[in-house]
Parts: sequence; structure tokens; C-alpha cells
Amino acid sequence: MPDPDASRPERWPDISFEDRMATTVFDVHERAHIDVDSSVCDGCSTQRCVVVCPANLFVPTAEGGIVFNYEQCFECGACYLVCNEEGAITWTYPEGGHGVVFRRS
Amino acid sequence: MNTVDAVVVGAGPGGSCAAAVIARAGYRVALLERGPSPGSKNMYGGVVYPRMLDALYPRWWEEAPVQRWVTRRSTMVLTDTQAVTLDMRTSNWGRPPYNGATAYRPDFDAWLAGKAEADGAELLCATTATGLLRHGSRIVGVTTDRPDGELLAPVVVACDGVNSFLAKEAGLHSPVDASNYTLGVKETLRLGRDVIDERFGVRDREGVDIEILGVTGGVNGGGFLYTNLDTVSVGVVLKLTHLAAQQQRPEELIAHLKSHPAIAPLVEGGELEEYSAHLIPEAGVSMMPQLATDGMLVVGDAAAMCLAAGIWLEGVNFAMASGMYAGEAIVEALTAGDMSAVGLAGYERRLERSFVLQDHRKLRNVPGLVLSDRVQHQYPQMIANTVERMFRVDNPLPKPGLRRIFTEERRRAGVKVRDLARDAWTGLRGLG
Ligand SMILES: Cc1cc2nc3c(=O)[nH]c(=O)nc-3n(C[C@H](O)[C@H](O)[C@H](O)COP(=O)(O)OP(=O)(O)OC[C@H]3O[C@@H](n4cnc5c(N)ncnc54)[C@H](O)[C@@H]3O)c2cc1C
Ligand code: SF4
Ligand code: SF4
Repeated sequence: MPDPDASRPERWPDISFEDRMATTVFDVHERAHIDVDSSVCDGCSTQRCVVVCPANLFVPTAEGGIVFNYEQCFECGACYLVCNEEGAITWTYPEGGHGVVFRRS
Repeated sequence: MNTVDAVVVGAGPGGSCAAAVIARAGYRVALLERGPSPGSKNMYGGVVYPRMLDALYPRWWEEAPVQRWVTRRSTMVLTDTQAVTLDMRTSNWGRPPYNGATAYRPDFDAWLAGKAEADGAELLCATTATGLLRHGSRIVGVTTDRPDGELLAPVVVACDGVNSFLAKEAGLHSPVDASNYTLGVKETLRLGRDVIDERFGVRDREGVDIEILGVTGGVNGGGFLYTNLDTVSVGVVLKLTHLAAQQQRPEELIAHLKSHPAIAPLVEGGELEEYSAHLIPEAGVSMMPQLATDGMLVVGDAAAMCLAAGIWLEGVNFAMASGMYAGEAIVEALTAGDMSAVGLAGYERRLERSFVLQDHRKLRNVPGLVLSDRVQHQYPQMIANTVERMFRVDNPLPKPGLRRIFTEERRRAGVKVRDLARDAWTGLRGLG
């Protein structure tokens, strides 16, 4: 049987998360502006940051911890607001002139 | 160490308007912006209502970087398979003095900051204010991440947006509560000017503003769709605490909105030009901080002045207005030589007399209503089913009365008359 989807025009290009993030410009500074203390995260039962971060920067590890990378951060603040454990996230702005550079927002 | 008459932190719409007013009165004002240029950190849905600029920059529409003039506004209520739309158009908004316009914030904010510079403000980009300087209990300046870091001034204006670390450091906010915030995520999709004209039924520089309810799955929130010249902005606004609890990713909820049968034909084929995210202070007056202290005022989103109440999503105008009022109050205080909270009281007086606090007071209960479970999960189905049955031809059965359909659908959706009456009252009181 022919694949019914084969002839359907593509509605919008399927885009990987990586390609999605590549549409936004980041002028990354060498200093990490957000620091996540993974030893605190090890005891976290909710890991709300993982779902909430629009840039998907909080990655759970098999051991129940968190790996975080600050480079493609929108500087929105959602993570520190929902964070479950005192002291897990130290949140500051990047150095002036660095970080996210919106163009079409 | 540098000394000025006023330091304004944040060159968003609030900061630029405050700085312009102070500079025009002949005072030295520094306008700090942490981004490489004004607007580069700022994201919103997409429509500005610049009426406040009539006073500051008459005929602003001849030069503002506008994408399209909004001449069509729709509110859509969606279920998985249905859509009920209230749609209004007016060509009156397509000519001077206009009403709302779509614009990109990097363009609009940079233009407005440029106006403040032309008025005499000193714009310092790529400069983050890192903390407050105090003399006793008085705020007397800010530290920055520049090498020659400190800036002294008898007054600091915190226009630093939703996360306002300055207002928090000054102790003006109550403890932060995540449930007062929503997260906005959006995609700017390139479609081409002709395609947009055709799909949205507009011509020339006319544009469309669509607010959408009932499309964010289990997460309470809403959607939006705005037309720029050759792109559309499509996104969702999500209650932060629900998002965390529901285990649904923000970008998946945009995809869900885009695939709805009523939305897909409008956006399909669009090529992603930018993905962006930002927080909204959603709870209005109930989360507003103290607005003035000795040597400091708080403006715009930093003071939770954004109005996010369903069919309204306005914050830029509230920021511009509060910025202008802060500027006026500061000029008064500088002239009188009293920068204490008492000397700066003209700020709150002006806010009280204007739409800024009056709209917020009037609509106090509406944001909560719009984000309530009934409005989010029960009413869309009740409304859509009622309208569908009203227009359905069930021959040979005769047409049922609207009252009967509505009662049946209300019951089916599990809505109690008492709750419906109360919600309707809250909504109508907001409108009235
Ligand atoms: C998804 C979404 C949709 C929205 N839709 C609309 C809409 O359609 N219409 C509308 O009118 N409003 C809308 N809003 C609200 C609107 O964006 C805000 O209310 C408005 O931007 C507030 O202006 P502001 O000047 O107070 O703050 P902002 O615009 O946030 O500006 C703050 C500025 O301060 C700078 N800054 C912050 N901290 C520092 C520091 N420490 N040092 C130096 N600089 C600093 C930032 O870089 C920024 O430029 C929306 C918001 C969101 C998130
Ligand atoms: S919510 Fe906070 S404590 Fe929990 S995993 Fe995320 S960052 Fe760590
Ligand atoms: S600030 Fe926003 S984008 Fe950056 S890590 Fe936190 S949630 Fe993610």
C-alpha cells in the first residue's frame, strides 16, 4: 500500500532542536553566567528545570543528576524561578554585550 | 567615579521614555543597557500600542520601525477539532494616528533609545548594572561590569525588566513566587509578504493580531499569532508552575498550536527565522512591588506593570507610560532638591491618575480568571459545542433552541451555573 503521507506536501520542515536553537544568535562569553551545583541536583525530586527551560539546557543524567551548559541561554529566568532546591542555581546576567542577541523578536 | 543627575537601568521602552523626559529638562542622565544594542535582549508577542508617544514624539508613526498596522483583531477559542472566532476589522486603525502596530523589539527599542539619545540621554550599551550603591538607606548609584564601574546619581530608575534584580536588591519586592509568572516562547516564521496578505486577508501594511485560548493542552496559558511584514510571530504563553508539573516542553506546545486545523493553514510552510523566550509578570497589582524608595523608582515590567489578561497582552505601553511618569516625577524632585521617597511621590500620583494603575485595578481579577481551570479546560468545549450545534443541520429533526443546547453543553462540560455566573461577573466587571 502506498504511504499516504508520501504525497502530502510538507507542512513545515521538521526541525531538530539543535537546528531550532541555531536560528538564535548567541555571543557567548567565556564566563558561565549561570552556575548549577549538580551535587544539590542529585537530591532533587522534581527536576522542573528540565521541562521548563525553553533552550533545553538542563540534561538529566542516568545517575539522577543534571548536566548544564550555559551557552545557548535566553536569559529568561524560568529555571531559577521553578528550581526545587535552595542553592542549586546561581543566576546572573552574562557580561555586558554578551549572551543572547535577538533580531526578530 | 562618574556622577550624573539620574541613572536609568535598562533601555527597554520604560527606560528610554524615562531617560528622554529627564534629558529634555536639561539634566544629565545615563541610560544603561546590558545588551549590545537596545532591544537585543527583549522579546514579546508582537504588538505595540504607542498612543503614549503622541505627547513625547508627535507623528511618531512617520518614523517608528513598524512592520504592519493592526487593522484586524481576533480572539479564538479552540478545542482539538473546533474553533470559534470573534473577529473585528477596522480600516480606521490603518491610517494616522493609528492604534497598534506589529514591530520587532530589536528595531523598536533601538529606535526609541535613539530618540532618548537625541533628547540628550547618554546611552551606554554592553553595560550591566551589577548592584546598588547606598549611602545609609538612600540609593545613590549603581555598580556596573565596566572597568571604571561605578555610577553615582541622586536617583536610580530600575527599568530592568521582569527579573529586576535591582528592585529585589532594594527590598521592594515581596518574596518571589513562581506562580505569578508565565513563560512566553515564540517562533518567527518567514512566509513572504504576498502569502501573508492572502492568508490573512489584508493589503498594504495592514496586519492581524490573534489571541488564542484553549490550545495549550494541560498547561494553563494561551497562544498568539501576529503578522509582521513578511513573517508571522506564533507562540504560547504558559503558566510556569503548570508547565513544570505537566511535563510538557514549551516548543512542543508551539508545535501543537501550529498543527491545529484552524491555525495550520495560516502558518504552514513557514521557515523558522528565530526562536525566542521571555518571562511575563502575570499577576498584576497583586505582585507589584513598592514603587518608590529613597533614591529609586521602579518602572514597567520591573514593577510587574505588564497587563496580561487574556484578550489583552500589553506591556510596552505600560512601560512607556510609567517611564514617562517616572521621568516627570524625577524632574520635579531634582528641581526641588528632594530625592527621598516623599520627594519622588509624584510618580505614584501620576500612575494612580492614569491608565497604568487604573486598568490594572479594574482588571485585577481577569488574569486569574483567564488562567483558571474552567476558562482553560471547560469553557472552550462548552462554547465550541454550543456554536457547532447551533449551526448544525440535523434534519429531519427541527432546530433545537439555543437555550437548550447551551444548558446541555454546559452540563456536558461539567460547568456549574453558579461558577459560570461568577466568572461572567468577574469578566464583565473587568470590561465594564
Ligand atoms: C511572550 C510575550 C508576549 C508579549 N506580548 C506583548 C505585546 O504583544 N504587546 C505589548 O505591549 N507587550 C507585550 N509583552 C510585554 C512586554 O514585552 C513588556 O511588558 C515590556 O517589554 C516591558 O518593558 P520594560 O521597559 O519594562 O522592560 P524590558 O522591555 O524587559 O526592558 C528591560 C531592559 O533592561 C535591560 N536590563 C535588564 N537588567 C539590566 C541590568 N542589570 N543592567 C543593564 N541593563 C539591564 C534589558 O536588557 C532590557 O533591555 C509580551 C511579553 C512576552 C514575554
Ligand atoms: S530543579 Fe533545581 S535542584 Fe532540581 S534538578 Fe533542576 S536545577 Fe537541580
Ligand atoms: S535562563 Fe531560561 S534559557 Fe537560560 S537556562 Fe534558565 S530557563 Fe534556560
